Amino acid sequence: MKRIKTYLQPEYVIERLKDRCNKCKICVRECTYNVHIYNPKRDEILSRDEYCVNCQRCVVFCPTKAIRVRKNPNTYRENYHWTEEVIRSIKQQAETGRILLTGMGCDKPHLTYWDRLLLNASQVTNPSIDPLREPIEIRTYLGKKSEHVNINYKDGGDISLETELAPQLRLETPILFAAMSFGAVNLNVHRALARAAAEYGTYFNTGEGGLHPSLYKYSDHIIIQVASGRFGVNAEYLNKGAAIEIKIGQGAKPGIGGHLPGEKVREEIAKLRMIPVGTDALSPAPHHDIYSIEDLKQLVHALKEATDYTKPVAVKIAAVHNSAAIASGIVRADADIIVLDGVRGSTGAAPKVIRDNVGIPIELALASVDKRLRDEGIRNEVSIIVSGGIRSSADVVKAIALGADAVYIGTAALVAMGCTLCQRCYTGRCPWGIATTDPEISKRIDPDVASARLKNLLQAWSMEIKEILGGMGMNAIESLRGNRLQLRAVGLNDAELKVLGVKAAGE
Amino acid sequence: MRDLSRISNPYRDDKVIDSCSLFGVIDLEGRRFPPKAPIKAMDIMSERVNGLGAGFAGYGIYPEYRDAYALHVMFMGRDAKGRTEEFLKKNLRVLMAEEMPTGKEMRDAPLIWRYFVEPKIVNDKCSEDSDNQIVECVMKVNNGIEGAYIFSSGKDMGVFKGVGYPSEIAEYFCLDEYEGYMWICHGRFPTNTPGWWGGAHPFNILDWSVAHNGELSSYGTNRNFLEMYGYRCTMQTDTEVIAYALDLLVRRHKIPIGLAAKILAPPFWNEIDSMDSKERTLYATLRQVYGGLLMNGPFSIIIARSGEMMGLADRIKLRPLTAAIKDNLLYLSSEEAAVRSVSPSLDRVWNLRGGELLIGRLRSVKTLEIPPVVGLH
Ligand code: SF4
Ligand code: SF4
Repeated sequence: MKRIKTYLQPEYVIERLKDRCNKCKICVRECTYNVHIYNPKRDEILSRDEYCVNCQRCVVFCPTKAIRVRKNPNTYRENYHWTEEVIRSIKQQAETGRILLTGMGCDKPHLTYWDRLLLNASQVTNPSIDPLREPIEIRTYLGKKSEHVNINYKDGGDISLETELAPQLRLETPILFAAMSFGAVNLNVHRALARAAAEYGTYFNTGEGGLHPSLYKYSDHIIIQVASGRFGVNAEYLNKGAAIEIKIGQGAKPGIGGHLPGEKVREEIAKLRMIPVGTDALSPAPHHDIYSIEDLKQLVHALKEATDYTKPVAVKIAAVHNSAAIASGIVRADADIIVLDGVRGSTGAAPKVIRDNVGIPIELALASVDKRLRDEGIRNEVSIIVSGGIRSSADVVKAIALGADAVYIGTAALVAMGCTLCQRCYTGRCPWGIATTDPEISKRIDPDVASARLKNLLQAWSMEIKEILGGMGMNAIESLRGNRLQLRAVGLNDAELKVLGVKAAGE
Repeated sequence: MRDLSRISNPYRDDKVIDSCSLFGVIDLEGRRFPPKAPIKAMDIMSERVNGLGAGFAGYGIYPEYRDAYALHVMFMGRDAKGRTEEFLKKNLRVLMAEEMPTGKEMRDAPLIWRYFVEPKIVNDKCSEDSDNQIVECVMKVNNGIEGAYIFSSGKDMGVFKGVGYPSEIAEYFCLDEYEGYMWICHGRFPTNTPGWWGGAHPFNILDWSVAHNGELSSYGTNRNFLEMYGYRCTMQTDTEVIAYALDLLVRRHKIPIGLAAKILAPPFWNEIDSMDSKERTLYATLRQVYGGLLMNGPFSIIIARSGEMMGLADRIKLRPLTAAIKDNLLYLSSEEAAVRSVSPSLDRVWNLRGGELLIGRLRSVKTLEIPPVVGLH
C-alpha cells in the first residue's frame, strides 16, 4: 500500500523572537516532544511546529521570554457545523484508521452548570459572619451516619451513648485528591499528593495501580482503590489505607476499561501491579465478578471483612442516565460513600469519542442522586463525594449546596503542580513531569515543591469557602449541605431547574 | 392535598422571614396568674413588632379538662367547620366543643373554636400512642381539610394568636380571664407575608410551644433533614423547623432536652476536640448524625412544655435573650427593659450565652448541666 501523506497542518506554530533568543538551548532540553532542535552547523534553533501540543513548558522556562506559541493561522474556512476539530479528526482517522485517543476531561462548551448557578448572601434580616473574627467550620466527616442516636439516661442521672457510628473519614476541608494511579502518574506525583493530603488533613486516592511502600507512612490519609484490573490488591494493600474505594466507572470514560501501555509498565510499576515488566496493564470494562447489584454487595462485604470493618468502603460510578437509581442500589449494597464522577472527569487516556459524548454533567447527577436518597430516607446512610471538573472554591460550595458532602479534585491538583491541560497525557511524555513514568522527565516534579503548591491550593480554597459561608450567615458547613435555597440559576430552562431543584434568579 | 404554604408564604419566597419580640414567665411554685404582666411587657417592646402577628401560649389554663387534649382550630373556608368536626368525631372522642370566647371584633378574624378531645382507644401504658394519634389528626386536618387549621393541641394549655399587636390579640381572646402558671408570648415583624392568623407564633404541636426570633440560614438543610423523617414543613417558617426538630429529638429519639439543645446549637469542633474522650465521642457523634439540625444563623427561642420553660440562643449569640429571676418568677425576654417594666427590682438578671440552654422547671431552675458520660463502649 502506498504511504499516505498527511494533510494535517500543525495546530500550533512557534514564533521565536530573534532579538531575544540567546540560544541557550533550554527549550531544546525542556520540550519532551522534540519541537525545538539545535542545528550546530548553522548555530540556530529551529522549530518543528507539527509536534507542538502547546503545553507552554518552553514558554515558561525560556529565560528571555523569546517564545510565542500561536494557534496556527492557517485554518479551514469557518463553519459552525464542520468545525476545525471535526475536520482534523476525520483526516486523522482517514490516515490512521484508529480510535482517536485523548487525555484529561471533556472540553466541550455546553456542559458546565456551575457557571449558571449563583450563591446567596445575607442582607439585613440576618447578619453575615466575618471569618476573620468568628470561627467558621468546614470540617467534614465522610461515612455512614446512623438514622438516630441512642442515648441512655435517667433524668439528672448519667448519660451514656449507645450508638457506635460506622468508621468515618475526617477531612479538615471538604476536598480530597482524586484517584490517579501510579503508572498514569509517577511516584513523585504520588509523593506530593500523599504528603499534601496528610499535612492538610485530607485524603489522597491511590488509583488502581497500588501503593508504593514508601508511602505507607501516610496510610491514615490514603484511600485505596480497587478497580476492575485488581492490580496490586492484596490484604496488605487493603489495610494500608483509611478507606477503600471500589471503582466501577469514571466520568471520562464511562463503560470503558483502562489500558496502561506496556512502555509505561516499568519495573516498580510492574511490581506493584503484580504483572510482568513491559506488558500492557488492562483493566476490563466491567468488574468480571460484578454483573449486578448483589455482586457489588458481596464485594463491599468482602472488603469490609478483609479490613475487619474498620474502614469505610466507597463506590465510585460515572454519572450516567440512571445515576439516582444506581446510587440508591449502592446504598443498599452497604457502601459508606458514593463517588459520582461527571462528564468533565479527567483521565490519562480515553477514546475521544467516549470522553466527549458519554455520561452527564455532575451537577445534574448530583442533584438527582441527593434528592432520590432523601426521598427514600437513606441520605444519612451514605456520604456523597462528587468529582469531574471541579475548578474553584465556588464550584465546591455550589456542589455542597446541591447535596454533596465533599469533592474530589484531580485536574485542579495537577494544574497546581504544573499541568497546562494540553490533553496529551496518553503519550507518556508529559512535559511537566506528571503523566509520565519516564525516570528523567519524572524528575521535573519535586515532591517538596509540588506538595507545597497543593497545600497552598487547599488553603486558598478553604479560606474562600469560609468567606462565602460567612457571607451567607453560616458558620458550619453542614448547614450548607443540600441547602439549595442558597442557590439561584441564570439562563436555565424549566426542566433543568427542576432537576437541579433550584429557583431562577430573582424568583 | 392542600398547600398551606400558599397562605403562609403567598409570594413563594424561600421561606417566611420575620423578626420578633419574645417574652416568657413561669411561676416556679406553679401558682396560676392571668397574663397581665406579659401583655404589658410585650407592649414595651413595640419597636420590635409591626402589628402583623402576635400570640400567647398559656400553660395550666384548663384544669377542668386537665387530661384532655385541647384543640384550638381556625376555620377560614365555608364548610371547613363541618368537615373538621366530622373528622374529629370519627377519629377522636370529643368531650366538649365551643366557640372560642372573644371580645371586640377584629378585622379578618377567622372563626375559632376549641375542642377537648381524647383518643378513642386509650392505651394506659403508652401515652406515646395517644400523642401519635393526636399528631396524626393534626397533620391530617392541617394538610387535608381546606380552610381548617389546628394551631394548638396540648393538654391543659392553649395558644392564642392572630394578626394584630400583642395587646390587641390579648384583648380579642379575653386573656385576662385565664390563669396559667406559665406564659410565653411573641410579637412579630414579618417582612414577606401580609400576616395570616395561623402564621403568628407561638407555634405549637402537642405539649410543645415555640416562640422564635431569628432567621435561619440553614433553613433549607434543616427542612430537608426533617422531611426525611416524615415531617412536612407546610408553614415554611423557621419556628416550624425548630418545633419539629425538638419533637424528633426529644419525643421520638429520646434525647434529653439538654443534649437536644447541643444539637441545635452545638459546640465548635475545637471545643469538642478538647473534651475528654467519652464526651468527645458523644458530642462528635451527635454532630455527625444530626448536623442537618444545626440551626445556623441568628435565633433566640423560648420553648415551653408542661412544667418547663426553656431559652436558647444561637451559638454565636446573634439575637438577644435575657433571663431574670424575682422571687419565684423566672423571666425570659428579648429585652431587659420589658422585664423591668413589670418587675422593677430583680433578684438576678443576666444574658444567656450563645448555645447555652436555660431551663426553668417548676420548683427548680437550672442551667444546663449534662452529667458526666459513662458506659461508653
Ligand atoms: S529557551 Fe528561549 S532563549 Fe533559550 S534557546 Fe529556547 S527560545 Fe532561545
Ligand atoms: S498532565 Fe501533562 S500531559 Fe496531561 S494535560 Fe497536563 S501537562 Fe498535558
